[in-house]
Amino acid sequence: MRDYIYNFWQGLFTILIGMKVTFKHLFVPAVTIQYPSVKPQLPERERNRLYVNMDDCIGCDQCARACPVNCIEIETVKSIPGEDLGTTSNGKKKALWVTTFNIDFAKCCYCQLCVFPCPTECIYMTDVYEFSEFKRESLVYDFVTILPEEREQKKKNFEEMQAKKEAEKAAAAKKAAEEKAAAQANKPAEPKPDNKEENKQ
Amino acid sequence: MMYDWLYNLTGSDILAMFIVSLLPLFVFILPFALLAVLAERKVSAHMQDRLGPMRVGYHGILQTVADIIKLLQKEDLVPHATDKTLFNFAPLLVFMGSYAAFAAIPFSGFFIGSKIDLGIIFIVGITGLVVAGILMAGWASNNKYSLLGAMRSAAQIISYEIPTLLIILTVIMLTGTLSLYDLSELQTAYFWNWLILGGPAVGLQKILLIPLMIMGCLIIYTSTLAEVNRTPFDIPEAESELVSGYHTEYSGMKFAMFFLAEYANMFAVSAIVAIIFFGGYQSPFGYLGNTLGWTWLVPIEQFFWFTAKGLFFVFVQMWLRWTLPRFRVDQLMAFCWKYLIPFSFVILLLVGLITLI
Amino acid sequence: MALKTEEMVLNMGPQHPSTHGVLRLELQLDGEIITNVIPHIGYLHRCFEKHAEAMTYPQVIPYTDRMDYLASMGNEFGYVLGVEKLLNIQLPERVEYIRVIMAELQRIASHLVALGTYGADIGAFTPFLFCFRDREKILNLFEITCGARLLYNYIWIGGLSHDIHPDFIRLTKEFIKEFRPNVKELNDLLSYNRIFIERTANVGVLPLDTAINYGVSGPNLRASGMKWDLRKDDPYSVYHKFDYDIPVGKGEKGKTGDCWDRYYVRVLEMEESLKIIEQAIEQIPEGDVTSAIPKRVKPPEGQVYARVENPRGELGYFIISDGSLNPARVKVRAPSFVTMQVFPELCKGFMVADVVAILGSVDIVLGEIDR
Repeated sequence: MRDYIYNFWQGLFTILIGMKVTFKHLFVPAVTIQYPSVKPQLPERERNRLYVNMDDCIGCDQCARACPVNCIEIETVKSIPGEDLGTTSNGKKKALWVTTFNIDFAKCCYCQLCVFPCPTECIYMTDVYEFSEFKRESLVYDFVTILPEEREQKKKNFEEMQAKKEAEKAAAAKKAAEEKAAAQANKPAEPKPDNKEENKQ
Repeated sequence: MMYDWLYNLTGSDILAMFIVSLLPLFVFILPFALLAVLAERKVSAHMQDRLGPMRVGYHGILQTVADIIKLLQKEDLVPHATDKTLFNFAPLLVFMGSYAAFAAIPFSGFFIGSKIDLGIIFIVGITGLVVAGILMAGWASNNKYSLLGAMRSAAQIISYEIPTLLIILTVIMLTGTLSLYDLSELQTAYFWNWLILGGPAVGLQKILLIPLMIMGCLIIYTSTLAEVNRTPFDIPEAESELVSGYHTEYSGMKFAMFFLAEYANMFAVSAIVAIIFFGGYQSPFGYLGNTLGWTWLVPIEQFFWFTAKGLFFVFVQMWLRWTLPRFRVDQLMAFCWKYLIPFSFVILLLVGLITLI
Repeated sequence: MALKTEEMVLNMGPQHPSTHGVLRLELQLDGEIITNVIPHIGYLHRCFEKHAEAMTYPQVIPYTDRMDYLASMGNEFGYVLGVEKLLNIQLPERVEYIRVIMAELQRIASHLVALGTYGADIGAFTPFLFCFRDREKILNLFEITCGARLLYNYIWIGGLSHDIHPDFIRLTKEFIKEFRPNVKELNDLLSYNRIFIERTANVGVLPLDTAINYGVSGPNLRASGMKWDLRKDDPYSVYHKFDYDIPVGKGEKGKTGDCWDRYYVRVLEMEESLKIIEQAIEQIPEGDVTSAIPKRVKPPEGQVYARVENPRGELGYFIISDGSLNPARVKVRAPSFVTMQVFPELCKGFMVADVVAILGSVDIVLGEIDR
């Protein structure tokens, strides 16, 4: 019987205490920030959309290698000797043309692992967090600043230079082989220790 | 009364009856239901340190209008293998049960829908129709979980009608009248005549009655809370552990009817508690109209007081909803049968003894 | 003529407002009483362990964040402890202290989610919002430190990614001052409420020997009466320098090990975490947090099992290294996985409405179970 009365009293009392708490909160100002009209001030280290400053990018591929989800796609082309690509802001001389630098923000997990390895600090996180798109393909951002025709031009230049180099090398090799053959013709009888080489091969 | 005044004004009894019956509905209850939805959202928001609807209208005032428009233009889905008649009729029954109760409630000394002598019994009987509506909704939905929810709700409402009736019996025993109008008229002239403070009796009777009346008020408030399916007794309605209860399968206007009926019901039971224990439409301090000599002001004041008391109790109902967790079904039943009913019997007995003094 | 009855099978499907994540529970009922519960998991499997074999050691850290997304600092901590043991790195003191502060703040945040959603499951909607309001403050603290609110990538192998912000200590002290009265308010509103006690006392009792047999750890084990906490019994980092207590379930409102005990142990643990944070803030030394981070993480061959006390229990990482840049195997021992195994035992004999109460009290996160 005593338990019964105790239960009843306890029930009533705790309900009243709870009601007091809720009533007090009627007069506490609300903590809501009404978002689209009022935007909260985000801290400076906030991790939002990335930005790449192509003037500083040396094409070292460190950020692409550091990314855990492989959302950065980089393709570089060696420059032909004599071209001046300029220097980065901390004095390094650039040697590679970056022809592709895509970041797929649908894949990016905003972990900031790409920002740390960059030697010139050209990739960093901005404070832009409202960048929704209607199509998924529009979330693939292309940061390269040279025009597509110029990129093709650079690639062609490189290939031509490669081809020229190959041709020169082939010509030089041919010449060396001819000289060697001529030298051999001049030196007929010399004992050559060729046992070891044949065994090695 | 209002009916006589209108009859004198228009000269035709049909027109007078028509206006009298539609007046509370369109002028008071429907706007109240719309406002109550908004008030619930704003009250709950401020209790939880947030803002609630803010965009539609100034600070969200037009939110319910937007909701009603949305519900009106929704597709009316009727599941395939249901009992179509029952399915379509159930919301109507629930709606009717809630709104018909307002016929016997006196809004002021001047206006009462129908001055029947059986006021309270009529109201309790009509709100019993709601049970039938809920059961029909649960059965006709052809959904295992809706049926479960509906049966639980029916059991809950029926069980909790017993303490309600017992307390009403107590009040009847004390005052000798069933009509709500007479009950309000009995508690005239200042708040110490209110039944919660013992009523118009004098002397020892009054002092002895006070604790019993307070207990009785709490019991009837709790059991009517259970009758309208509000937290902590809202198993059939809120996100039940499994599904959303008996109105899962309803969409569009039918759902709106369940919804509005719930808020009208809330006001009806608050009004009953206010009338029985807190003096109905009587002012606690006397009437400004009487002191100034403008007798036409008195009914308006009485209406104001009635609405204020009703709204206060509705606010307390909302307050309870956002404070308390939910009961489990068997605990709900245990609470009714093991706690409320014995207490109500004891109160009945004691008040009966006191009236003999 | 005997009445033929059948067992009914009810499905609490993957999408449900009360299961914490995508969990499918198949309930076998006899009327309202449960005879068996079969949990079906795997709806959130993202092949974490397979990914870890393809990533380098530092790249695995964002993946560990995403397992138990409500206690990310704890996940990172465990993994980093394992790799540092393999590499035998000596850490600066400051790093250890900051890691402990972050882990304890994360514990409070995770318990706030657990308590808030538990109240919401039971039907009290207001404590949910109060708990989340307090959690916002903690997430703001994390935001100024590392830039993210939920998945941090902050604790790195050999140190941290950033030093704490200059305002961090002041804001943390303000938070602690505001938070203590809020815990008391939560107790008034929910813990001692008679209806809440009726719903949760004597429901889902986990006896101590069952808990030990299944390998349950964390608050669930402590609520059953055993005082076992990895921070005291197998100390890692600088936990041995602090003075705090381990709350244990005492069966105040019912049997020891019921839902109320599990709930209340979490409330008490938040208070203990506050004590640890206060002491750590007083004692924190100066130093450089990035000095011990190796340029390339290439541990020697070997294997290590590292465990931390996560808010949900003992999180263990078994890392096998074969001397290359990628781990050969990272196996995770998730505490919620073990709890799901003991869950059917807890539910037998109770009603359907209690399943939600029990599920909320054991506090699982599907990200951890499915990985």
